[in-house]
Amino acid sequence: MNVPDDLHYTESHEWVRQEGENARVGITDHAQAELTDVVFVELPKVGATAEARGQIAVVESVKAASDIYAPVKGTVVEVNNALEGNPALINTDPFGEGWIFVLKMDSPDEVKQLKDAAAYRALIG
Amino acid sequence: MSDAAQKRTPLYDEHVRLGAKMIPFGDWIMPVQYSGIIGEHQAVRKNVGVFDISHMGQLVATGSAAGSWLNEMLTNNIDKLEVGTGQYTFLLNEQGGIIDDLIVYRTGSEEFLLVVNASRADEDFAWLKKHLGENAELENRSEDYGGVAIQGPHVVDLFHALLGANVDLPERNHIVDRNLDRMHISIARTGYTGEDGVEVFFQAKDAAAFWNLVLEKGQELGIKACGLGARDTLRLEMCYPLNGSDLSPEHNPIEAGLGFFVDLTKPKFIGREVLAKAKESGTANRLVAFRMKSKGPPPRPHYAVWREGAPIGEVTSGTLSPSLNEGIGMAYVASAQAKTGTELEIEIRGQKFPAVIEKKPLYKKS
Repeated sequence: MNVPDDLHYTESHEWVRQEGENARVGITDHAQAELTDVVFVELPKVGATAEARGQIAVVESVKAASDIYAPVKGTVVEVNNALEGNPALINTDPFGEGWIFVLKMDSPDEVKQLKDAAAYRALIG
Repeated sequence: MSDAAQKRTPLYDEHVRLGAKMIPFGDWIMPVQYSGIIGEHQAVRKNVGVFDISHMGQLVATGSAAGSWLNEMLTNNIDKLEVGTGQYTFLLNEQGGIIDDLIVYRTGSEEFLLVVNASRADEDFAWLKKHLGENAELENRSEDYGGVAIQGPHVVDLFHALLGANVDLPERNHIVDRNLDRMHISIARTGYTGEDGVEVFFQAKDAAAFWNLVLEKGQELGIKACGLGARDTLRLEMCYPLNGSDLSPEHNPIEAGLGFFVDLTKPKFIGREVLAKAKESGTANRLVAFRMKSKGPPPRPHYAVWREGAPIGEVTSGTLSPSLNEGIGMAYVASAQAKTGTELEIEIRGQKFPAVIEKKPLYKKS
């Protein structure tokens, strides 16, 4: 299972790419494999505020709807509208074109509290 | 539930070897998908797919009065069955509620095979044993048999490759016994997908050999191993009910729109009075099929159904239809609002999305 070294991770299987004050967020390769074919993504609204570990988006596979959580506190500044037409991007490119939203972080240091790649690999076994 | 408590079918090792994602399903651990639900679904619609159905229960009734006894236990009419044919039928409680939906085959003049839902096999057996008549016997043979469903337009070609070009498949709803490489198999022309297909039963010890032979011979026909995920999307496109979701002891077959499989001309069967009344004076609710009118989240079981600002029912099954690429489902709604074409709203996470009641089935072969 692909777990890029340059990302941070949550226990609920989101990944975070720090881009200065911003955090780009998606779900991991492990998560997309568990969810199976993604058929719908409910994106957050730009401008919405998020608490760390607060529910912010929904990813639906054929079988079930799964909540997506904000890894850190912040404000949504960008969402991946391409997922509305092609939700399967989450399956085909979870760490790239399958990103879900970008948060402007209240305190960028919060990222350090997330798991690194080694800790996330240990979590998913 | 611990892994140890989960029952494994005789094909468990084959599923793991193929990289299936295994999930608990009632008491069982079953493959939900191998390569992907949508791809497996399309394989069945376009080519052919094979499903493990070894978890389903097999009950065998024998005896000089087995037929007349089963006719008092089940809703459809056993007397219409010649040897080698089967019918879809219901096992009801005294209130007319559905304990199980099943297929009963007459396998001999005084012998019947009941193929029942995995989750209900023990309950069905206990209920039937409790009501057992004179000169009838019932055995639970679920452990002895494995089974697979082979479904899709290439099923006939696949069976010619397996059994020889001169061997015909049984007709729809017929069951025949055949021998294949020293294996004794029973082939029934039936299924749960809307495609041409068969369900094949064999001794549990032959399960892996038969499964692998089917996959090998099916390779050039585009066969895929298919899991419970595709089984669910395929059956829902056809509006075939799933026991535990669309059918339950709280609902009777008339409410579910399945009165065709209830023979009220029979003088006596458990639940008959309630069903006769339901047929005559109508039921409060009705199981309908619906389709979402816009792109949006797929409907799911237990979502509320609204009409003109009032709640009128609840979704029992819902998914994104891989064939139609739109949200589809079934729901019990108030009978007065159950007509085809009725506009509904499905409440999804606090928001209402437009839907419309459609004629069953939702998917029609083009």
